[in-house]
Formats: sequence, structure tokens, C-alpha cells
Amino acid sequence: MAHRPLVVCAILAFTAGLVIASFAGFREFLPGLLEGALVTIEITVGGSVLAVICAFVAALSKMYGAWPVRGLAVIYIEVFRGTSALVQLFWLFFVLPRFGITLEPLTVAILALGLNVGAYGAEVVRGAVSAVPRGQWEATVALNMSRFQALRRIVLPQALVPMIPPWGNLFIELLKTTALVSLITISDLAFKAQEMNATTYRTVEIFSIVLVFYLAIAVLITVAMRSLEWFAARGLARGPAQ
Amino acid sequence: MSTDPSVAISPVDERSGPMVRFEKVMKSYGSLVVLNDLDLEVARGEKVAIIGPSGSGKTTVLRMLMTLERIDRGMIFVDGEPLTSMNRNGELVASDAKHLRRMRGKIGMVFQHFNLFPHMSALKNCMEAPCTVLGLSKMEAEARGRELLSMVGLGDKLFHYPSQLSGGQQQRVAIARALAMRPKVMLFDEVTSALDPELVGEVLNVIRKIAAELDVTMLMVTHQMGFAKEFADRVCFFYGGRICEQGPPEKIFVSPENERTRQFLRACLEAT
Repeated sequence: MAHRPLVVCAILAFTAGLVIASFAGFREFLPGLLEGALVTIEITVGGSVLAVICAFVAALSKMYGAWPVRGLAVIYIEVFRGTSALVQLFWLFFVLPRFGITLEPLTVAILALGLNVGAYGAEVVRGAVSAVPRGQWEATVALNMSRFQALRRIVLPQALVPMIPPWGNLFIELLKTTALVSLITISDLAFKAQEMNATTYRTVEIFSIVLVFYLAIAVLITVAMRSLEWFAARGLARGPAQ
Repeated sequence: MSTDPSVAISPVDERSGPMVRFEKVMKSYGSLVVLNDLDLEVARGEKVAIIGPSGSGKTTVLRMLMTLERIDRGMIFVDGEPLTSMNRNGELVASDAKHLRRMRGKIGMVFQHFNLFPHMSALKNCMEAPCTVLGLSKMEAEARGRELLSMVGLGDKLFHYPSQLSGGQQQRVAIARALAMRPKVMLFDEVTSALDPELVGEVLNVIRKIAAELDVTMLMVTHQMGFAKEFADRVCFFYGGRICEQGPPEKIFVSPENERTRQFLRACLEAT
């Protein structure tokens, strides 16, 4: 399979991390950092799921919704793309309670990152749906399908494969942005690293391990998305059908 | 959608009236007039070939019937009912989605570039709309799909995907797919233009077969003059968004009256 080198990379990265950690006597850092890594993974997965849902809802509303719905979708996309993820995170965490809505830090993290990446994802979805040839829509009209049937059965299945690689980028972007959640009291990988660094001052070792952890998770995401693309393309038997 | 209020709806008996009627239909893209006060009637079961130079509005006629293009003015009737407008309390208003879908159910269309669904097998292509639109069970739709694909000579390619089929085979699947909806009117838009010359015959044979076996009104935009001559009950020569000359194929192809028709046919002859 085409992504075998990536699998090898992922394994090597993990092994390298573990070797460095064990041989240099960093065993003491590992449990804490792994704990942080799990939180990071949790936020990445939760945020990604939310981002995909937001992106599809926003993109389809923007493309086919009645004007009030379309307006809301445009506002959502522009606000979340046009402002900093850190500010969004702080806003949800520090400003919302002023209006009587207090959320768990982890909920805030997933919500902020999911909404942020979802806004970028909406444009990915829109691009892929627009790229489905017009002839496919015309065929659905000629077969008397409703717009919803056409979208669900004909257009979206064809748009899914080309949108997988850009989604891979967004998920990795989301992973990296999770480092911000350490600023709202969540003990993620970055938070744990800072905490340990503050008490031990072994900066080189700690941040090297953290670097390898982030890289390993990113490579895992890439491998997963490549596999998904491979299976989706095979399942859809895409070909020059015009 | 604008409708010319000056055009009154004349009640037409659904059984005996024409299947398709264009009344003073206008269509333009900006300053380019594509259809210019077009009047056209197609009787039930009639096979009409539409010929003419490019840009004469041939394809637009079919696309309007399929509601893929809006009309600027005039009326189109299908099976005695207005297509792009409807009667509401005695008043003529623009069609709503429900009316449009009911009317579209009477019409099937085959495109120049097939427009098959690339992620579905030949059989699934034929089953999709009967299941989702007509509400047929999977078994009924499959039986219908298998029967139609056999009819177009593709009984052995049921599970092939479009990318695994030749152009001619893809176009035959597209014909079967359109027929699966049991339309009263079939529109063929230059269905052989995108095919290699050796594949044209197999598609035309299928169309001959449909004409012989099914009771369906057919409108066909074509550049295959030989086929139009043999297949059509009537040939319409389009020029400048109007029908410049029409009549039985023997007349149009053998003794055309209009100078433009003669020029066009001469040019076609020289090209082959």
C-alpha cells in the first residue's frame, strides 16, 4: 500500500521517542507526558468530529439554504476564520460565564477548536461539492430527483474523496492548535511539558519528547487519512465517466 | 420565472392533444437571442429530429423541456399541462417545486456526455431514481433495470462501473436509466456526438429499437443526417432560434424549399 513509508515513519518516531526517553533516564517524564498526550488526543478527536459536522452543515447551508440560513452560515464561517483561535478559546472560557453560561474546560476546548476548524472545513466541503460536474446535477433533474436526494445520493459521495486530503491538513492543524488549551487550565501535552519544565528545568529532554509525541500523532492522522482516501476511492470506483 | 400574460392557456384534451407544445417561446442570454418566438407541436408517439447549425437553439429546446433552462416568455405544454407555469385558482403562476417534479416525471433525457453516476454500477445507475423517486422496492427496481439493460444489449455488464465501459456502452446505460423512469417523452441531445465513429451504430440501433417497441414520443437533436432521415416522422431545421423549415424527412432531405436548409445540408454532405 502507498502509505507503508508513513507507517514505518510513525513506528520509528515512537520508538525513537521511547529510546531517547529510556536511555537518557527520562522515565520519570514519560507517565506524565503520556497522560497529557491522551488529553491532547481526546481534544483532537472530539474537535475533529465537531469540525466535520460544522463544516458540512455550514457549507450546505451556505450553498443551498434559504437566505436567513445562508446568512448565518456566512457569519459563522467568516467570524471563526477571521479571528484568532486563542481569542475564541478565551472568549468561550472567560466571556461566556459573564452571560451565565459556564462550560467545562474540556468542553470549551473541543467546542472552540471544532468550531474554528469547522469554518475552514466548510470551504473545503463547498469546494469539493462545487467541483462535481454540472452534468451530474442535470442528470438528477432529468431523473426527477429532489435536490436533497441528488445531494445525498449522487453529489456528496463523489465530493467525499477529493475532500479527504485537505481534511487531513485541517486535522493536523487542529492537533497543533490544541497546545493553546493549556492556557485554559487543561492538562494537555503542552501543559504537562511546561509544568515539568518549571519544576525540573530539563527543557531539552522534555520538549524533545513532546516534539516527538506531536509528530507521531500527526503521522498517525496522515496514515489514517491516506487509508480512508484509498478505501473511499476504491469504494466509489471513480473513473473517467464524465 | 416570467410568463407572458398575453398568452392565454388554451385547454387541451390530455388524451388527444399534442404531447409537447411550444407557444411563442423566447429565450435569450443577454443580447444573444437563442429562441425567437418558437412555435412547435409534437404529437403523441411522434418522432421528431431537430437539425440545424450550432447556435440555432436546438439543444435549448430540449433543455427547456427538461426544465434545465428557464424560459423568458411564452408557454410550454407537456401532455396538455403547462410546464413552467401552473394554474392556481384560475390564475397562471410560476410552477412550484411540486408541479415541476410532477411534470418532470413525464420526461426523460439522454445527454451528449452520458452523465452516468460514476460511483454506481450500470444496474445501480438504472435502479437509483426508480427507488428514490418512484418509491419502487429494490427488487422491483432491479427487475426493471435488468430488463432494460438487456434490452439495450448490456445484460452481461450489469455490475460494471461507467469507467469500465466504452462510450457507446455508457450511452446505452444512460438510455436504459432514462427509460427506467417510464417517461412519456424521451429527449436525446446529440447522443452520438461524443462517441468514436465505430460506436455510433450501437447507440442508434438501441434508439431504433425503443422507437419500434415502446410507445414514447421522441425528440432528438442530431447531426446524424442519415439516421434522422430513416428514423424521424418529421424533421425540423432550426436556424436563428426558429424553425426555418420542417416536414417529413423525404421532403427536407430530398427537396428542401428553403435556401438555408439547402446550404446546411450541402455543408453536412461535404463534411462527410
